[in-house]
Parts: sequence; structure tokens; C-alpha cells
Amino acid sequence: MALKIVKGSIDRMFDKNLQDLVRGIRNHKEDEAKYISTCIDEIKQELKQDNIAVKANAVCKLTYLQMLGYDVSWAAFNIVEVMSSSKFTYKVSCSQLQLQSVDAVLITTIINSVSLPLVTQDLSSPNQYDTGVALTGLSCFVTPDLARDLASDIMTLMSHTKPYIRKKAVLIMYKVFLKYPESLRPAFPRLKEKLEDPDPGVQSAAVNVICELARRNPKNYLSLAPLFFKLMTSSTNNWVLIKIIKLFGALTPLEPRLGKKLIEPLTNLIHRALDLLYGMVSKKNLMEIVKKLMLHVDKAEGTTYRDELLTKIIDICSQSNYQYITNFEWYISILVELTRLEGTRHGHLIASQMLDVAIRVKAIRVFAVAQMATLLDNGHLLTGNMQRNGICEVLYAAAWICGEFSEHLEDPMQTLEAMLRPKVATLPGHIQAVYVQNAAKLFATVLRKQEGTTDSLAAQETSQLLIDRLPLFVQSANLEVQERASCILQLVKYIQKLQQKEVEVAEEVTALFAGELNPVAPKAQKKVPVPDGLDLDAWINEPPSESESEDEKPKAIFTKEEPKHTRPRHTEVDEKELARRREARKQEQANNPFYIKTSPSSQKVYQDQPGVEHIPVVQIDLSVPLKVPGMPMSDQYLKLEEERRQKERSERKKKEKKKKREKHGRGRRADSGPESEEDITPAHHVDIVTEEMPENALPSDDDDKDPNDPHKALDIDLDKYVYDVQGNLQDGSQVVVSVIFENKTDHFLKSMEFNVLDSLNSKLQRPEGSSPHDGLAVPFQLPPGVSNEARFVFSVQSIVMPQKLKGTLTFIVKTEDASTHEKLDFKLHFTCTSYLITTPCYSDAYAKLLESGELKSSSLKLEGVIMPFHHLLARICFHHHFSVVERIDSCASMYSRSIQGHHVCLLVKTSNQTVSIDAKCDEPSLLGNVLDEIKHTFSQC
Amino acid sequence: MRFMLLFSRQGKLRLQKWYTATAERDKKKMVRELMQVVLARKPKMCSFLEWRDLKIVYKRYASLYFCCAVEEQDNELITLEVIHRFVELLDKYFGSVCELDIIFNFEKAYFILDEFLMGGEIQDTSKKSVLKAIEQADLLQEVSGYPW
Repeated sequence: MALKIVKGSIDRMFDKNLQDLVRGIRNHKEDEAKYISTCIDEIKQELKQDNIAVKANAVCKLTYLQMLGYDVSWAAFNIVEVMSSSKFTYKVSCSQLQLQSVDAVLITTIINSVSLPLVTQDLSSPNQYDTGVALTGLSCFVTPDLARDLASDIMTLMSHTKPYIRKKAVLIMYKVFLKYPESLRPAFPRLKEKLEDPDPGVQSAAVNVICELARRNPKNYLSLAPLFFKLMTSSTNNWVLIKIIKLFGALTPLEPRLGKKLIEPLTNLIHRALDLLYGMVSKKNLMEIVKKLMLHVDKAEGTTYRDELLTKIIDICSQSNYQYITNFEWYISILVELTRLEGTRHGHLIASQMLDVAIRVKAIRVFAVAQMATLLDNGHLLTGNMQRNGICEVLYAAAWICGEFSEHLEDPMQTLEAMLRPKVATLPGHIQAVYVQNAAKLFATVLRKQEGTTDSLAAQETSQLLIDRLPLFVQSANLEVQERASCILQLVKYIQKLQQKEVEVAEEVTALFAGELNPVAPKAQKKVPVPDGLDLDAWINEPPSESESEDEKPKAIFTKEEPKHTRPRHTEVDEKELARRREARKQEQANNPFYIKTSPSSQKVYQDQPGVEHIPVVQIDLSVPLKVPGMPMSDQYLKLEEERRQKERSERKKKEKKKKREKHGRGRRADSGPESEEDITPAHHVDIVTEEMPENALPSDDDDKDPNDPHKALDIDLDKYVYDVQGNLQDGSQVVVSVIFENKTDHFLKSMEFNVLDSLNSKLQRPEGSSPHDGLAVPFQLPPGVSNEARFVFSVQSIVMPQKLKGTLTFIVKTEDASTHEKLDFKLHFTCTSYLITTPCYSDAYAKLLESGELKSSSLKLEGVIMPFHHLLARICFHHHFSVVERIDSCASMYSRSIQGHHVCLLVKTSNQTVSIDAKCDEPSLLGNVLDEIKHTFSQC
Repeated sequence: MRFMLLFSRQGKLRLQKWYTATAERDKKKMVRELMQVVLARKPKMCSFLEWRDLKIVYKRYASLYFCCAVEEQDNELITLEVIHRFVELLDKYFGSVCELDIIFNFEKAYFILDEFLMGGEIQDTSKKSVLKAIEQADLLQEVSGYPW
């Protein structure tokens, strides 16, 4: 016990020195330099002593001074000396100091002449972390001399049994090579070995070193290419992969054959990168990302990679129901641009996207139709060498969109003409069929327009055009084309006859193609409920025989564009029946959650409609061929979109200023998630909670919560007192206890005497000459219902432990006829908190205090704390006399000082009702007790 | 990598690590100059900049700037990745790290950095093994006790 005290006091002696330094610097703001020079003198004295602990303490102070910017290089020798000590902590602090104070020349000389044995001794230390620290320190101050002398030692360490050492040794070899290149030759075989080290850490370190070396002189490392190639294909560590690729970047110019070998693994890597993109997109960055991809598409060599990019673009754009597309005009333009790719296999993919968007996004149809008309007009560009050209598939979509939504066409006649060009006959059969069918739809639209203008001659000419051109398709080898063409041809001939009789036919022709087309969710068919009484498993007709039952399913060419095939065209059904069925169908769809509803407002797909309508539509010259020179169209959209967002932002700001809460059109954007990312300005304001305190109405009677609280324990209603124990700042050994006495009786109380049983540690201060058993007179009398406060001073020796003192209060109760002598027992609880005094601390001083490294740490976790963070801080401030140094979000640093000058630092963090408190103090037991008390405070709430 | 600096939005240096020998005076000058340059940059500006003959890669995490200086041929993106990995390590070690953690436990922050980077090169890419090394060193420090 005695030994412990002695040891403790020595500890404190050191503490005080270090603390004095910090505190002294703070107190000598004006003549800091002078103060520090005296401190340095002291340190010099300390360094001369034999005791290594004293020296270490001096070095610690030097660390602190050095951080403040003072030159401590004169102590380099001592630093090295302390570093040679066997204690890990000393070394750590020293290596910290060294790496920051490298006054190259000085240290080099000293290290080389004196400390080399010390470092080598460390290098061969049995403890891997000692060696580790030595290596880390060394890495910062390798000099040519040191490199030369230590190269062989470090080389030995490269084969150390512990991977931890091997890895550090490998890395430091790089520094050694730089300073002492001669060491490379003998060390290289071993370094190469490390490339195949079983430990991934060592391996990556070796890759790192070799890559860095190779960057300087790639030629010498060509022989390693196969090894690296193997690593590249087998390693899953991205960090290593990046380095290897960098290395190959340096090697390929020297060995062209390498390039070919690298294509495959590199494409794999690019593949992975592309996959990442998929998850990266947001509404905000989609356009930008696609623009970049389009650039790569343009630059890409080899169709496989280009097709890969193309599918990726479409995947990215169409993911989650086109969730990220804010501007469908832009998307259509992108699709149109993609049709320029020669030799792509993904024509049908683009086509199905065009169909999908045009059908589902109503607002885009006008634009889409115009674009498709241009495509049709320039069809010859696409069909250049169509035999192996998958891109002509997009004409399928173009023709169908133009036909189906022909009412939006600006010049249907021109499109009709384009669709009936002889060149069309060279297209694949299924596309021709669509052309023919949709030519008929267009024909209906054209007729309608022309009859409206009472120009019957033009209408007849249109019919004549069809009659002239259709025979080409009637001769088609493709059955479907032939059938449709001859059917339509007969129809047109009949129409022409009627036209010649001056009969208006447009109405009836249009009726052939009437009916709204509704988009249907992919799984909708499956979800249709089976009507009552229908047994799908029952045979309608018994199967005649096995062989015949296997129907050959017609091979669908487009799996995704079912609308075309599923759309029933009941041309023979009369108008009434049609209307009835349509109504029924609408009804059913409305009730079926799996159908996408037709009303735009309730439809997810259409949610972008308002946005689209707001976009000032660019004037696109339709006569311009597809290969627009200069800026591609999608870029214009990107620009436009940026401008639009810019405008919206400024508008939004204006609106916010005016405090108008109107929502129209753009309101939707303001709500959209990704866009609002922009609005997040990093505002981490620092609250000083101590100042907030008055606002947080804290329960003032918290002291009463102590279960040992005397007036509760005694349950005597005679009188009541509340006490507060407060440390005395002026005197480190004094505590003042303020006691409030309140008379709750109906009688007069007088001659009160307050006495406490002294303990070894704490004594009530009595007037001189009185014995320890004498009580102190309370200097007032209490009439009924009155309260008053008295203060008593206690002297305390050690403040690291909480204490409980027993005491009694004697008093005389004066009633009308008599007086009685009464006694009340109580306990005074001196918590460790009561020895703390709220002391403000600036964050700089706080940082320095912590940096000095003299504090011991401890921590505490509180679960299930539901109060707001600032309440929590206020509570700690209030009950435990802390002040908040700094607060950042849900993290705060707090400071307090004991009456004996112990620093207590807290770092309070909260997340999900868990509060963690990291604490540091130069007195561990004080800290432990304070933490216990804090815990106690929160366990009661 | 030439050096790494951590400083606060107010321009207070929180951690510095130099991987090449530099005179104290030069260091101070560079730190001051660099802090000015970086702090003056707007949030939307690029994380990379050319400064003297070096490339500066910086990233701001809450109120703290992590700033690395690399040579011209070095890759900025991997440097950014290094910074992030360091932050991840700090985060793992301290548990949702914040600036105060680094002030509070600056020696630990140095420790972590030393275990992650050595001589400016990545020492170990595995978070697990770095943290393991730190834990064990912590243990060792506890056993060997405090000198003061």
C-alpha cells in the first residue's frame, strides 16, 4: 500500500511536470517563447538523468513542443536513446517524434554513428511489434548510409516467420532500393518470391514494390510478366489488380505481344466496371453517365465490346421501369443515335425499347413518331448491307410506331411514301409485313386528312399510290407479306371505287384500326383470375393421339412487344359490340392491380409526363439526315437538361425566398430525391451546450434521487435539508458543502448543531482548538416553514474515491409550553463528481492536452438512452460539472478539471440509443469513479 | 505518396505524416500554403489539383480534410481510395469516427496510419489484418504499461 502511494506520487510528479508545461504555455500567452525556453532548459536537465522513465517523460514533452513547432533536433541523440529502451510505449512515442522531426543531416549523422546497433537490435527483437515499430520508424528516415548498412538485415526479415514483419520488410525494401540501388540485385530474387507469398498482405506489398520499381525502369521487369499475368487472373484483391494493370501499362509498350494476351482479362475487368455503373445511376447523373458510355461506343473497336456497351446503356436506362429517366425525348434520341452502330446484333433490343417507350409514355409519342418518321425516311442508311445487319430491326419498330400513332405525324403522306419504296422489299419478311400493315393505317390517316380538306382528288391519288406500290409486296416470297399486301390491295381498290363515286370513306377506313392500345404489365396475363366454373386442367376435347398433340409453337421474333400480336382487331365486329367490349375491358383493367392504369396521374410510368411537357422542345430539322455533324442530339438534351435544372434551382430558390408554397409542375422535381442532394450543404454547426442549459429545463431536484438521501431514508417530517457538495477551486484539498435546512414542522427550531464523523480522508473543518467530536453550530434559527442555507468546509486528502460520511444534526424544538431536544442522522455522499469543477476549455488547448499523451483512458457504454443528445450533454454538464468543448453532430468532447488539477476529458457519442463515452484522465481511479457516477445518473432516467 | 495531412475546416492541423525527409521550415510553409489552397475550394470542385510539382488529392469528411500529396505519375483515384480506406479503418477502430476521435486519440490515429501505409505505400489492403495488428499492439502497450 505504502509502496503504491510512493509510486503514485512519483507518477504524479511526472504528470505535473508535463501538465505544468501544457498549463504553463496556456497561461503564458504573452511570453510563450520565454516560458518555453525555460521548459527546454528543464528538459535538458531531465535528459541528463539516468532514469529512463524520466528521460522518456522529457522526450514526451519534446514531442509536444515539437508539435507546437519548436526545434527539438538537438535532442535527437536522446530520442534515439530512449527509443532503444525495451518498453514498447517509449518507442512508439519516439518513433512518432522522429518521423516528424527529421532534420535529415543531424539525425543521419547521429543514427549512423551511434544508434545503428540500437536499430539493428530492434530489428532482431523477439517481439514482432517492436520490430514493426523499428521498421515503421526506419521507413521515414532511411538514408543512403543507413540503407547500405541495414539492407542485409532487412533482407533477412523478408523471410521472417511472421507475415506482419515480412510485409513491412518488403515495403521498406523499396525505400532501401531508392537510397541504395546496389541492394536491388541481391534482394530481387527474394522479392520475386514474395509475389507468391501465402499471406495476401505480403503479396500485395510485393506487388506494390515491384510495380513502383517497374515504373522507373520497366524493361528489367518484363520477365515477370507471366507471373503477374497469373496473379491478375487469380487475384481478387482490387488494390493489387489496379497495381498490376498499372504495371502492364508500363510493360506493354515494350512487349507488343502482351497486349493481345491482356484483352480478355481486361474486358472482364471492364465488364465488372460496367456492372458497377448499373447500380450507380440516379436521376441526376444518368444523362452524364450515358453520355460517357456513348463516347466509348464511338471509340470502341470490335463489335463485341460495342454491343456490350449498347446493351449496358439500355439496361441502365430501362432499369426499374425507367425509374431514372427524367426526359424521355433524350432517351429516344439516344436510341436513335444507337441505330447508327453498324453491325450490331442488338437491333431488336433497341426496337423493343422504342416500342415500349412509345406505347407506355403517352407524352412522348409526338416526339417519338417524328423521330421514327425520320428513321423510316432514311431507312436506306440502315439497310446498307442489311444481310448481316441486325440494326434494320429498328425499322420494324419505326414502322409500327408511325402507323399506330399516325395521328401525330406531321406529314403522313411523306411517311406513307417512304414506307412503300421499292427498296423496302429487300428487308426481312417480318419487317415488310409490318410495313404493309402500317401503310394501311397511314393510308387511313391520310384519307381522313385529305377528305377533311375536301380535296377528293388528292385522296384518290393516295389510293392510286397504294395500288401502284402494293403489287410489289403481293409478289413477296414471304407468305405473311403476300397475304397482307393482297388483302390491303383489294381493300384499297374497293375504296378507290367508292371514291370515284364521291363517297366519303375515311371514317369507315379509320374504323378498321380503331381502338386504344393499352400497355399491359408483363405478368398481367398470368394474373387474370380464372372465372368460376372454368377448369383449366380439364380437356375440352380428348387428345386424339400423342404425336399430333404437339403443336409447333410459332417462333416469336419479338418476345417483348406482345401488344402487336395480342391486339385483337375485330374488324368484322360492329361498332356497338366493340364499344361494349372495350368498356368491359377497361372495367376489368381498372379492377386489376396488375394493369398499368390509363389515367396519367396514377401511373408510375407516366410520372414524368409533366416534366416532359415542360421541356422546351428543340426544333429538330427533320430533313437533316441521321448522321448529324457536330453535336449529337442527346448532347443537346444533356445541355438542355442542365439548363433546365439550373433554372429550376434558381426558381426554387426564388420561390423559397418568397415563401410561396405553390406547387405546379416543377413541384414534383423539388421532391425528387437525387436532385435534392444538391441542396445538402455540409452544415455542421457546433452547439455549445453549456450555454443552452437554461433552455433545457432540467429537473432541479435530481439530487434527491439518491436512495441514500437522508430525509427520505429517515422519513421524518421534522425538517428537510438538501445539500450540495462543491469543490473549492482555490484550495485543492477543500470541499464546501452547502446544506439547505428547511423547517417543515409547525414549531420553532433553534440551537442546531451540525456534526460529521471524520474519516481518515475527510475532515470537517472546525474552529481551532475544538475536538473532532464537537459539532458546528448552525448560525441561524428556523421559524416554521422557513429554509436557510449553511456552508461547511471539509478538508479532503485524496479525491480519487467517492466517500460517505455519517453525521448528526441536533436541534431544539420549541413548542408553546416546552422544548425538546431532537436528533437527526444523515449521510453525506461525496461523489467524485463533486471534486470536479466546471472549467471551460478551448478546443485547441484540448487537442494539445490529448496530444500530450499523458492521459489514461477508460470507456463506458450506456444502452437505451432515449433522450436527445443535447439533453444528454446538458445532463452531464449539470450533474457532473463538465463543459462541452466541441460538438459535432452526435459526438461531443467535454472537459472538466478536478480541484487537484486532474484533467478529465470525455468523448461522448451516441447512436441508436447507445451512448458511448470514451474518457481520459491522468488519474485512472478518479476517472473510473466519475464514469460510474455518470452511469448511475443515466440509470435513473 | 509524399505526405498526408489531416486538418479541420478552421485550418487546424490534426495529423501529419511525411514520407520523405523535409526540413521543418519547409514543412510548415507547405502545410500553410496547402491548407489555404484546399480550404478555399468549393465543395463541387474536383478533389484533385496540381500544386507545385505534386498532385494533391483531398477529400472532406464532415469537418475534416484528408489531404495527400502524390507524385505526378501516381494515380489520383487510387489515392482517393487510400484516403477512403484509411477513413474506413479509423471508422472501424473508433466506431463512427469523428474529428474529435482523432484529436482525442491522435496517437492511435498515427498507429493506424502506420499499419496501413508504410513509407507512403500501402502496407496491407485488408482492413481485418490492419485492425488485428493494431489491436495486438494495443494489448502489448497495456501489458508493458505506461512510463509516466
